[in-house]
Amino acid sequence: MHSFGYRGNALLTFAVTILAFMCAIASFSDNFSNQTPSAQIQILNINWFQKQPHGNDEVSLTLNITADLQSLFTWNTKQVFAFVAAEYKTSKNSLNQVSLWDAIIPEKEHAKFWIQISNKYRFIDQGYNLRGKDFNLTLHWHVMPKTGKMFADKIVMSGYRLPDAYR
Amino acid sequence: MDWQGQKLAEQLMQILLLIAAVVAFVVGYTTASFRTMMLIYAGGVGVTTLITVPNWPFFNRHPLKWLEPSEAEKHPKPEVVVSSKKKSSKK
Repeated sequence: MHSFGYRGNALLTFAVTILAFMCAIASFSDNFSNQTPSAQIQILNINWFQKQPHGNDEVSLTLNITADLQSLFTWNTKQVFAFVAAEYKTSKNSLNQVSLWDAIIPEKEHAKFWIQISNKYRFIDQGYNLRGKDFNLTLHWHVMPKTGKMFADKIVMSGYRLPDAYR
Repeated sequence: MDWQGQKLAEQLMQILLLIAAVVAFVVGYTTASFRTMMLIYAGGVGVTTLITVPNWPFFNRHPLKWLEPSEAEKHPKPEVVVSSKKKSSKK
């Protein structure tokens, strides 16, 4: 500790080490937050349902998505990434997940929303299995922190069914 | 700085940084503001730098007693002697 450089270096190293610990504790404190998100998805309309030239089924839906994700936000949250996936089973795959819509929610105020849109991403099957298919619509979310661990969870909504014939 | 001063500087640095970190975390957590925590901690690091890095007088309260120049002249340094005996032994 005999010179400016020596003391300055020791101080800087110690300060950054403590900063790392503070960020770790801040991330750990996220485990204690009480999270009660809710969501509802309604299929308003099946716009069209066709078999594409290369043999795969495709369907276009209009969705009505209502969600309240405000309780997911903590002091250590940078943004929440939410997406809706259609999930169903076929003989070829035990689980198919097709992402239909997603959004980045940067602030708590924007986390309670109601949106009516047609699917942002195309709902195309691997094959032609969609006629009369029962499927779930699952709202997944990733809570992205300012520092530390990212938490991901979902709400599964079941009971949706595609028509038995092409339209 | 003297030895006591260096020890004091190191201890002060560690204590002040820890206190700044604890205060920053508690205030940040209770106000749910990550930004506040970072600002308070940055302020704490700045204050600690001002207190412990410069060579303040209170770090020099037990100064080392170096030998006075007039004393040093009375005790000249021993001269290095290159003797012929050494040279012959190296053969």
